Amino acid sequence: MSCEHRDPGYGILAPHTPGELAAGRRRRARRRAVRVAALAVLVAAAFAVTLMIGKTFYGPEDVIRVILGQQVPGASFTVGELRLPRASLGILAGFAFGVAGVTFQTMLRNPLASPDIIGITWGASAAAVVGIVVLSLGDTAVSALALAGGLVTALAIYLLAFRRGFSGARLILIGIGVAAMLQSVVAWVLSRASDWDVPAAMQWLAGSLNGAAWERVAPLALASLVLLPVMFGLSRDLGVLRLGDDAAAALGVRVPLARLVLILGAVALLAMATAATGPIAFVAFMAGPIAGRLLGPGASLLLPAGLVGALLVLVADAVGQFAFDTRFPVGVVTGALGAPFLISLLARTARHGGTL
Amino acid sequence: MSVFTAPLTPPDVAILRRPAAIRVTWLIVALVALLALSIASLAIGTRTVSVEEVLAALTGDSSSIGAAAVTARIPRTVLALLVGAALALSGATLQAVTRNPLADPGILGLSMGASLAVVCGIAFFGMADPVATLVVAIVGSSATGVLVYAIGSLGRDGATPLKLALAGAATAAALGSLVSAIMLPRAQSLTSFRFWQIGGVGGAVWDRILLVLPALVLGAILVHVCARGMNSLALGDDIAVGLGENVARTRIVSAAGALILCGAATAIAGPIGFVGLIVPHLCRLLVGTDHRWLLPVTAVVGAGLLTAADVVGRVIARPDEVEVGIVTALIGAPVFIALVRRRKMREL
Repeated sequence: MSCEHRDPGYGILAPHTPGELAAGRRRRARRRAVRVAALAVLVAAAFAVTLMIGKTFYGPEDVIRVILGQQVPGASFTVGELRLPRASLGILAGFAFGVAGVTFQTMLRNPLASPDIIGITWGASAAAVVGIVVLSLGDTAVSALALAGGLVTALAIYLLAFRRGFSGARLILIGIGVAAMLQSVVAWVLSRASDWDVPAAMQWLAGSLNGAAWERVAPLALASLVLLPVMFGLSRDLGVLRLGDDAAAALGVRVPLARLVLILGAVALLAMATAATGPIAFVAFMAGPIAGRLLGPGASLLLPAGLVGALLVLVADAVGQFAFDTRFPVGVVTGALGAPFLISLLARTARHGGTL
Repeated sequence: MSVFTAPLTPPDVAILRRPAAIRVTWLIVALVALLALSIASLAIGTRTVSVEEVLAALTGDSSSIGAAAVTARIPRTVLALLVGAALALSGATLQAVTRNPLADPGILGLSMGASLAVVCGIAFFGMADPVATLVVAIVGSSATGVLVYAIGSLGRDGATPLKLALAGAATAAALGSLVSAIMLPRAQSLTSFRFWQIGGVGGAVWDRILLVLPALVLGAILVHVCARGMNSLALGDDIAVGLGENVARTRIVSAAGALILCGAATAIAGPIGFVGLIVPHLCRLLVGTDHRWLLPVTAVVGAGLLTAADVVGRVIARPDEVEVGIVTALIGAPVFIALVRRRKMREL
């Protein structure tokens, strides 16, 4: 992440009076707040544009009237029943992936250790696929099953990583193995489904917003409403946990409790989002580092990472739908972004001489 | 950060110096098992055939339906044997060259790199020539290898197993998405689409096998030539140089062999993971860490493992088939996890 990035307002050599320090801190906090607000505006703008564009263009006044519940010929269905659920699902899922991703990256102190790479997303995905294909469950039951799948996977990885103490490195490696296994479970179950077709497969292998409906949005919205305040309440603890368990304990963080709540919250968000959209590739992986770059060191990244995640999903979905002759699912677009992103991460780290 | 830097305990030394009799015994056992598995692969399938019929079919009698089934299964079995041996050899070599116990063509993303290169060639350049496919696959796996190694060796402590595995997993996921993005608009049929995401040996034909064979042989020769050098590499670069080893040459030649093997195997069977990871570890337990013995035994066991995985894939989901790439991941990932758990943290 961007810990190596030295804030230009922070000279280490010049002597500072307490007043100057406080002023610098205020200045940086203000700058961060401005940037977070700018991100939020961008997300809102992307949301609005997503509602307007498509096969038929509807102006802002039509969209607002639909949202207010008025009947507009044509727009009521297209915007109200198709675009609005799709955009809401995109925003919620992107936000959830971003928050969950940055939680894991911060806690494991490794930007590559996002939940899609260490297998937790795949646990939720595998459970959801089994629920749909094998057990023919409805949306709510699938969400519950995905939640259970994500939690069980996270627990299994956590327990397997426990051997004479907890180790982040071991957890990451075990997660990679678990991810490979669960991916093949998903592929296997899909291959046995009789009416398996490419769109369904893509949803569960890469993530897609196709078929978004309010019934799918509701469980995720509810989960976000409950879980996000809890996560944001712990965002200071999360920042301190990055310093290591001992330092965090010395600074007054109840380490095991904070870690448990953060992990559970992140896994639950992730699982609910995955149940609704499939594992949208790399959003959880990219959101945190991008937010970190935008805001500089020391900032709490939960909210900005969520906003970046939402923005990524909205924009990538629009690109996937309209930029090419074929309609790509959003996960294919974000996944394709993953390769250049990885290389840029590499180049940045090399320039700053830090470790990944 | 090598596995071998820890002081050797007596059991370690016992494994390092397996008596010749034990090595020969295990080699013979492996060969016999390989033969049995090959026959099983010919006999078992949607229609199971008796061993007598298999032997009859092999001697040229193709009158019965059973014999026809066996004849149809021969290319598939041969392909499984070749690909298994190639991937296992590639994995053993990568583990020696990177001095990384978790190296594997699948985990390091090399297979996916080969896959992506071939898919690009087919989609954008109308590549239909099998020779071109082979070359492109090898180039793809090599480029991915360089990229993953570059990412993994960032930072002060160099290419640790943790960083290499993470870099490989992330790269493989990214490349897999690119493969989907390219194939999706063009997927005429589901099978051709899935082949480049999950490897399988079901579509084996003689022409392709014969074409890839020289590349596989070349790769196998390259890594075997370096077997002694790999033994020295295991001691660390300084000692290897002190022993008169040309470290750079050994690394380059053996890595080239490993990349050719992996690229050629992927060109014909799609990305298949974990064979290259588990087989060398198993074989080190059987015949010790001397690569002059390890490499041939690895090839034999790898061929057997992939054939067995293919047979399992044909049996568990009858009348459907499960691709061998799925079976190897289901078998291999737990072994990977066990390996990770056994290592001390400073070695990661």
